[in-house]
Amino acid sequence: MSETWLEELRTTADAGLTEELAGLTAGLAAAAEREGMLDLAFATTSSPVGELLLVASPQGVVRVAFETETQEAVLADLAERLSPRILPSAERLAPAVRELEEYFAGRRRTFDVPVDLRLTRGFRAEVVRSLEEIEFGRTRSYAQVAQAVGNPRAVRAVGSACATNPVPLFLPCHRVVRSDGSFGAYRGGHEVKQFLLELEHAA
Amino acid sequence: MTAAGEEVGGPTSRSARAARLPGVREPFEKVVQRHGPTVLRVCRAVLGPEDAQDAWSETFLSLLRVYPELAPATNLEAWLVTVAHRRSIDVIRARSRVSPVAQVPDAESPDKADARDLDLWAALAGLTEKQRAVVAYHYLAGLGYRDVAQIVGGTEAAARRAGADGVAALRRALGDKAEGGAA
Repeated sequence: MSETWLEELRTTADAGLTEELAGLTAGLAAAAEREGMLDLAFATTSSPVGELLLVASPQGVVRVAFETETQEAVLADLAERLSPRILPSAERLAPAVRELEEYFAGRRRTFDVPVDLRLTRGFRAEVVRSLEEIEFGRTRSYAQVAQAVGNPRAVRAVGSACATNPVPLFLPCHRVVRSDGSFGAYRGGHEVKQFLLELEHAA
Repeated sequence: MTAAGEEVGGPTSRSARAARLPGVREPFEKVVQRHGPTVLRVCRAVLGPEDAQDAWSETFLSLLRVYPELAPATNLEAWLVTVAHRRSIDVIRARSRVSPVAQVPDAESPDKADARDLDLWAALAGLTEKQRAVVAYHYLAGLGYRDVAQIVGGTEAAARRAGADGVAALRRALGDKAEGGAA
């Protein structure tokens, strides 16, 4: 015995549902933004180093993730550490996406979008903030960075600060290399670090 | 991590599992992904496609407002349908001040598929407010009659009766159309 009325009800209720939901979700993020409830907005963008996940608070870019991390895990972590009010919003991330595109196209050497460093604190925050001083196309050793932040013996701590930089690319931890000139570790993977250094060297 | 039962339960049990972890809230985006379709289906069934969007948006904004402080054990689907129901009632009340009949999309559409949809919207609009709500929450959202009764008010038995009457009316309305009025 087939339940025609029920199938018809489901079919009708489902017509164009996916498309409509995409529009509604975008509208929800916009409404949340207007009411000051969009604590974290995210967007993905494709780049020469793979898909990037960008997350921003109202204060600035708070997290950048390479394909080495899954979007689901990154967002779940942010929900726990910062706020679960997380929605996709192309709008809030648009300036960051545009600047990244310009950077990868060789048309940008410094980033202007604000970063929000609330995911890092103490000595690590100090190290990450100091990365801004390393110019496009230049590199510094972990030891030099340790010296620059006034703690020349903290070379290993500088390494772990770089490894946990919440906003790679925007704060250029890829410009910190080993004293012997080898690349050292990178959150996005060794090849990505190499790619970025070559990109900047070629420019 | 409980492995048993993870795959079998469907959306409701997945959210229940997340909610059991004390103090841990999943990203709101996940909640929209998981419950967005169901809430839109019931809003469409209760209000028709035109007003469903506003009801959906206001419902999820309401949840977002309280989301960080919401008790971890909250059944989000029932919470959302309850709020969507209140929104729908407001819309229906406002509507009945304008016209005594529930709105049905323009019946002049020449499109065949649309015409079939219109039969369904017309059939839904022919139900009483309570029948329509009960059919939507029980058959589209999959809520049990106990939950449905709490949302629409009245007893569980009354909700069951409204559901049965609603289904009978839908069968009659759609059956009449399909079989060329043989009744």
